[in-house]
Amino acid sequence: MGGFIVLLVIVVVVISWVIGIYNRMVTIRNRVKNAWSQIDVQLKRRHDLIPNLVEICKGYMKHERETLEAVIKARQMAVDIKGDNVEQVAKMENMLSQTLKSLFAVSENYPDLKANQNMLSLQEELTSTENKISFARQHYNDQVMVYNTKLEVFPNNIIAGMFNFVKSEFFEVETEAERKAPEVKF
Amino acid sequence: MYNLIEKNKRNSVFLFLALIAVLIVLGFLIGEYFFEAGVYGVVIAGVLATISGLCAFYSGASIIMAFSRAKRIEKKDHQRLWNVVEEMSIASGLPMPKIYMIDDTAPNAFATGRNPEHASVAITSGLLDKLDREELQGVMAHELSHIQNYDILFGTMIAVMVGTIVLIADFFLRSLFYGNRRRSSSSSSSGGKSAGPLMIIALVFAILAPVLARIIQFSVSRQREFLADASAAKMTRNPIGLARALEKISSDKEPLEAANRGTQHLYIVNPLKKVKEKSGLMDTHPPIGERIRILKDLHHV
Repeated sequence: MGGFIVLLVIVVVVISWVIGIYNRMVTIRNRVKNAWSQIDVQLKRRHDLIPNLVEICKGYMKHERETLEAVIKARQMAVDIKGDNVEQVAKMENMLSQTLKSLFAVSENYPDLKANQNMLSLQEELTSTENKISFARQHYNDQVMVYNTKLEVFPNNIIAGMFNFVKSEFFEVETEAERKAPEVKF
Repeated sequence: MYNLIEKNKRNSVFLFLALIAVLIVLGFLIGEYFFEAGVYGVVIAGVLATISGLCAFYSGASIIMAFSRAKRIEKKDHQRLWNVVEEMSIASGLPMPKIYMIDDTAPNAFATGRNPEHASVAITSGLLDKLDREELQGVMAHELSHIQNYDILFGTMIAVMVGTIVLIADFFLRSLFYGNRRRSSSSSSSGGKSAGPLMIIALVFAILAPVLARIIQFSVSRQREFLADASAAKMTRNPIGLARALEKISSDKEPLEAANRGTQHLYIVNPLKKVKEKSGLMDTHPPIGERIRILKDLHHV
């Protein structure tokens, strides 16, 4: 009888210990998901702002059709990617950032455009959105690091294997594909 | 950067424990003196600290905002400020705090709130006009770090402990002064020989404890400022923004009218004291030159 009780106590302790680790991993996984959705919100925000930007720029920039078209095209490609493929999303959004940079660079040549009140407000909004994207990415990567470490350390790795926890991907700033992205011609 | 944050946290915990030790020793000595049982004194001190702690917790931080003449703003009132705070709340993973503006040309800022869900940040219009985007990010990251590290709650707890220590020590000294005759007349019958050395120890400690407690309190406050600077650097990954902002703030000698001795420790830079080179025991903030130097060192790592 005594042996049975000891055994029972051991089983209960082990089970609650496993439950503890499991719950902890679920909590952190949800944090990663939440951090990802933050990036997503900001990316959508940027997608929504770009048509307005292009519209304003069109009125002033007569000779920059290619730059504007590159932005529109990159935006469309970024919008078309659906789902949770971190690598694909990262690649497209990085490309969009590049085309926007070129657009802002050439907009320097148009003083009237730079003085436009709507343009100023829009530019502040886009600058901030760019920052938010990179801060959201930073936060996401921090969370991924915590989560992946949690999955890898012993004995969590055994429990992670049992319940199919998979490591998350980092949102890389510069991927190989992005470095090879075609330069925008002026 | 991460090491700095850990070290600062350890230091504050150590100082907090020191404060608890002071409270316990004081309670014990006085308990020994009054009841010949130190435990009673410790229990009374604990109960007093708990009660005043609960009061402070629920009295709310909005009073501070009213005292500081801060007005709540929306996004349309200041697009850039709003955006920068939003950026920092995303970087830290904290909920968006309420934003207040103080109409004063003296450059300063502070944060308050007992937890991240009930947090507010305030900035003077003077500071807002002076800073570029990067510097504003640094300042707001510093303020959000105070929120993230629960500095306001921590500071309140420390203040309550100090308050309790002062209260008990004061009570003891007064009762000693007025009750002396009564006690000495009864001590002849109950044999108060052992009370002699104990009383002197209790007396000395009751005089020293409030001073000691204040020194610890200010030391914690300085430690938390360093911690918030380090956390801000981690949040923005750019220590130079905050360093430049601190340089701009410190080069401005104008005092902030809305600040007083009760709220001075809240601000990013002490609004009442002059800039000094060395850190004194009674300073709420570390010397600004040292803060700037540490931030710049972080940049070179």
